[in-house]
This record gives sequence, structure tokens and C-alpha cells, in this order.
Amino acid sequence: MTQCVGIVIVSHSAEVARGAAAMVKQMVGSDVAVESCGGTVDSRLGTDVAAIRACLDLAWNPPGIAVLFDLGSARMNAEMAISMCPAEQQERIVVCDAPIVEGALLAASEASLGSDLNTVRAAAEDA
Amino acid sequence: MDIPIRELIDAISVQLQQHAEELTDLDRAIGDGDHGINMARGWNAVVAARAEIASLPPGAALEKIGMTLVMNVGGASGPLFGSLFMGLGKHLGDNPGFAEFRNALRAGIELVQQRGRSTAGEKTMLDVFVPLVEMLETFDPGGGTKTVEEIITTARCGMESTQAMLATKGRAAFLGERSLGHVDPGAMSSYLIIETVCNVIIRNLARQESS
Repeated sequence: MTQCVGIVIVSHSAEVARGAAAMVKQMVGSDVAVESCGGTVDSRLGTDVAAIRACLDLAWNPPGIAVLFDLGSARMNAEMAISMCPAEQQERIVVCDAPIVEGALLAASEASLGSDLNTVRAAAEDA
Repeated sequence: MDIPIRELIDAISVQLQQHAEELTDLDRAIGDGDHGINMARGWNAVVAARAEIASLPPGAALEKIGMTLVMNVGGASGPLFGSLFMGLGKHLGDNPGFAEFRNALRAGIELVQQRGRSTAGEKTMLDVFVPLVEMLETFDPGGGTKTVEEIITTARCGMESTQAMLATKGRAAFLGERSLGHVDPGAMSSYLIIETVCNVIIRNLARQESS
């Protein structure tokens, strides 16, 4: 099986993150690694760098990872988490400037076709 | 320069807890209403780790404070204040004097600018820190209490200057002109941190004079 670009969904809300991931998984099945996280270390609204980092580890595949986020601080925390990944992975993890749910759906369906990271990112950003 | 790291951590944490509600109210006006809670959460975690932090050399201690904020705050102030302390710590060197501290602060501020893709004048914490580091270029570190009070004044002016600014970064940017007339909560917490650090310095100066 060809490896696909993985998808990581980072929301301020655990429910949004879980819900978006469930929609994506229903659409693309298990071909694409989809991980999600939402909420702070004490389960309030916000994002948790360690949780994002764990999602990146789980979703990692050599073709790379496309990250979807909901609000600006989720992007910043995703970038912090990426900066903690091994150097050779960092350049293959991109943050997509896209609506979180639609972007994740389009990125995952593009990834399921075996497309490369730039194509997956473009699909999300066209959402 | 001897840095009373434990005293600083406790004082900053108490100050931010005392103002948590005010910061959250400000953030509710122009952001998403979590700044006070987020800063309190981050500094609670720093207080919890303070024994370990205080055992480190000054630079490593500040870096550890930054990393603790990054891992615990949960909002934009995590990576932003975290980067400030991490940059500050990384560039402080083994035997920091005033000039080393000022240069390290400049490095920390540059990291904040990169992380937030922002510059001064955009209604953020940078409107406190950028004028401060400029002021420190001509600052007399041997001037005692009076000159330390000038730092507080500079930081206060920076914070107050955000009231008349139009936000172009963060959630406040969605509000456009409705962001006018409110002090930026990140600028407010920056001021509170600087004021607290200065008051600790003033207290230590007084102790030195009386001993």
C-alpha cells in the first residue's frame, strides 16, 4: 500500500476536533492517518502543544502531514509543536490556511488518492 | 547580576492571578475572553515547577519558564510569552550583566515578532516591549530606584498607547474599528509582568542599601 499524507486537526474545542475527525474518517476510511486534538491541559477551550505533538507523532508518514486549525492561536501552538519534531520531519509538515472541517475533508480525500503534500495542502486551501 | 528567580516567579504569578478577571474582561471586549485564565494557568504551572527552575543557571531557568508557558497556557499567549522567555534565556549567557540582559531581551522580542508575524503598532504586547528595549539602549543601570521606576513608566505608556490603536492581529482584528478604545490584554499583562519585575528589583536594591 502506498503511504498517504497524514492529517492532523487542531481545534480549540475537543468536540469540534473529534467531530471533524469522525467526518473525515467516515469519508476516507483507514487509508489516511487522521489524528485530532482540542482543548487545553485542564480541558478548557484552547489548544495543548503536547497533545498536538503527540498527534503529529501518530499521524507521521514519510509523505508528510497537513495540519488544519480553527483559530490563530491554534496555528501558533501547532507551529510550536512542529518546531519540536525531528528536523527531517519539520519540513514535511505544513499548516493549511483553510476552514478546519471543509479543509480537513478535502485534504484527506486528496491524500487518499496518494497525492503529494503540496497537492494535499492546495486542496485544503481551495476549500 | 544575581537573579532572584523564585521571588520573581511568585511575584509575577500573584500579580497575574490578582488581575486575571480584569485581563479576561479586556479580552472579552476585543478577543475571546480567555487571556486572564490562560496566563493564570501558565504561571500556576511555572510556580509548580519553581524548585526545579530555581536550581538552574539564569539562562536555563528563563528558558524553562518559557517552555512551561508554551506547554500550559493553551492560547496565543503561550507561544508568544513562551518565546519571549525562551529567547531571553537562550541569549543571556553564563554571567549576565545589564548589557547581556538587554541584548537577550531584544532577541526574545524578535522571536515574539516572528512567532506572531507582528511588529509594534499593531495593538499587541510588542507595543510594550519594543519601546522598552529602545529605552534600555540609553538606560543607566547604576541609577538606582529612580531609573528602575522609569522602566515602569515606559512600559505603562506602551500599554496605554494600545488603547488608541486599531488591531490588525489576532481575534481583535475581526473587530476592526470596534477594537479602538480598549487596551490590548496582552499589552496589559506585559506591563504587569514588567512592573512586577521592577518592583522586585527595587525591593532588592532597598535590601542591599539597608544591609
